Amino acid sequence: MQYLLMIYQNEVEYAKRDKNTEQAMLAEYQTFTQSIIASGNYKGGDRLQPTTTATTVRVRDGKMLTTDGPFAETREQLGGYYMIEAKNLDEAIGIAARIPGARIGSIEVRPIWQYDH
Amino acid sequence: MTPDAIETVFRDEAGRALATLIRLVGDFDLAEDALQDAFAAALLKWRGSDAPANPRAWLVNVARNKAIDRIRRRRNFRGKEQQIVHAIELDAADEEEAAPPDLDDDMLRLIFTCCHPSFAPEVQVALTLRTVCGLTTAEAARAFLSTEEAMSQRLVRAKQKIRLAGIPYEVPGRDALEERLRGVLTVIYLVFTEGYLATSGTELIRHDLACEAIRLGRLLLGLMPDAGDIKGLLALMLLHDARRAGRTDAAGDIVLLEEQDRSLWNREQIAEGLALVEQALGVKGRPQPYTVQAAIAALHAQAPSYDQTDWRQIVGLYEVLLRIAPSPVIELNHAAAVSMVDGPARALGLVDSLAARGGLKQYDLLPAVRADLLRRLDRREEARAAYLAASDATQLAPLKRLYASRLAELDAG
Repeated sequence: MQYLLMIYQNEVEYAKRDKNTEQAMLAEYQTFTQSIIASGNYKGGDRLQPTTTATTVRVRDGKMLTTDGPFAETREQLGGYYMIEAKNLDEAIGIAARIPGARIGSIEVRPIWQYDH
Repeated sequence: MTPDAIETVFRDEAGRALATLIRLVGDFDLAEDALQDAFAAALLKWRGSDAPANPRAWLVNVARNKAIDRIRRRRNFRGKEQQIVHAIELDAADEEEAAPPDLDDDMLRLIFTCCHPSFAPEVQVALTLRTVCGLTTAEAARAFLSTEEAMSQRLVRAKQKIRLAGIPYEVPGRDALEERLRGVLTVIYLVFTEGYLATSGTELIRHDLACEAIRLGRLLLGLMPDAGDIKGLLALMLLHDARRAGRTDAAGDIVLLEEQDRSLWNREQIAEGLALVEQALGVKGRPQPYTVQAAIAALHAQAPSYDQTDWRQIVGLYEVLLRIAPSPVIELNHAAAVSMVDGPARALGLVDSLAARGGLKQYDLLPAVRADLLRRLDRREEARAAYLAASDATQLAPLKRLYASRLAELDAG
C-alpha cells in the first residue's frame, strides 16, 4: 500500500533555529531519506517552502478566487512530505516515527486512495 | 439438537470462528456475513441430529465456502477476486490440520486489531465489544450510553479504516508489543468494569461482559505467560468477580461490602486470584497499577470481616497507586480507606479537597462517599443533602434504591 507522510511543525519556531541546528537536521533528513530508499519504501518526498510563499485558489460560481496563504490559524503547518510504499499501517507508522521532524512536530499518515482499474 | 442447544454452540464458538474467518477472508464485513450464513445453514442441518464433532471447524468451513460464494456473486467479478478465492481455498487446505492454539492466535490477532492505537479509545472498546465479545450493535450501544445509530456509524467507519488504512490483522512485533499490550489491557478492563457495575439500566451486574473480559484475560495470559501486568489484571478481575453472589440481594439490590455475606464468595476463584497476585508482585520492575489494585482486592478477599480488614495496608497500597497512576477515583477510594484507619473526619477533608479541585464531577460515588462520612460524623442534614445529590447523579436504578434506603434510615434516626 502507498501512504503519504505529511510533516507538520510550527514553521515560525522552526525558522528561529540557528545555523548549526539547521545543518544537523538537514543531515538527519538525508540519512533518513537514504535509509528508506535503500529499504525500498521510498516513492518520493520534498521539503516545502514556508506558508508565506503559498497561494490558495478556489473556484466559486465559476469565478476564480485567489488568496494569500492557507488558513494559517493552526499551530503547525505542512512543511514537507514523503510518499512511501509499505506493507501495512504499522510499517508506515514505524517509518513515520523515524522522520526527524516527528520529534518536533507531528506526522500525519494517510493511505493513498486506490482506484480499481 | 434443539434450537436452544444450537444457540449455545453459536454463542460459545462465534468469537473464535469469526477471528479465524477474518484471517482467512481478510475482510471484517465479509467474514461476519459469511458466519451468519453458516449459522443459518447450521440451524437447518443440526436440528434433530447430533452436533458435529468439532462445531467450530464445521462453522469455519461452511462460512468459508459461503464467503467464496459471496465473492463470486458480486456483480463486478474480476481477476483480482479470483485470486482472493484461490487464496482462501489454499488456506483451507492448511486449516484442516490446524491445531487449536492457532485458533487462539486468531483471537489474539482480532483483539490487537480492534485495539490498534490508530483508533480513538472509545472506538477500540466498541470494536472489541462488537467483534471480539460478540455483542450486538444495540448491546454495545447500551453498554456505553450511545445510540444504536451512533454506535453503528462508529463501527462502520472503524471497519472501513481497517481496510483502507491497511491496519494489519496480526499481533504486533516484540518492539511494539509492550506499548500495544497496554491498550489491549485497558479495553479488557473497561469491558470488565462495565460488566461489574453497569453504567445504566436495571441490572447492576452484566455477568456476560465480566465473563468475557476474564476469558480474554486468560487468553492473553496463555499466550504471554510471563507478562506481569496481564497476571495483575486477571487477578483483579477474578477477585472482584468472586464476590458477585454477595453483591446483590434476592431483589437485585446492591449489598455494600460491609454488609456482604462472605460465605457466598467464590473461594476457588479467590484462591486462583491470590496465586496470580503473588506471581504478579514477584515480577521485577516498577509495580503495575493493575497489580496494586489486585493486591487491594486480595486483602479484601482474605479479610474475615469488614472490620477485620487490613485497612492500614490498603491505605498504603492506595498511596502507591496515587503515585504511579493518580486519578480522582483512586483518591476517593483512598479517602474511604483512610476513614477506616484515621476516622471519618480526616477522610472528609480529603474528599472535600478532591471536590474543591473539581474532581469527579458527574460521578455519584463522590457524594455517596461524602454522605456516608457525614452520617458517621452524625452531621445528618448534610448527609441527607449528599445522599440526594448522589441519587440525582446516578442513572442506575438499584443505586437510586440504595440511596433512598439510606435516606430512610437517616430519617428513622
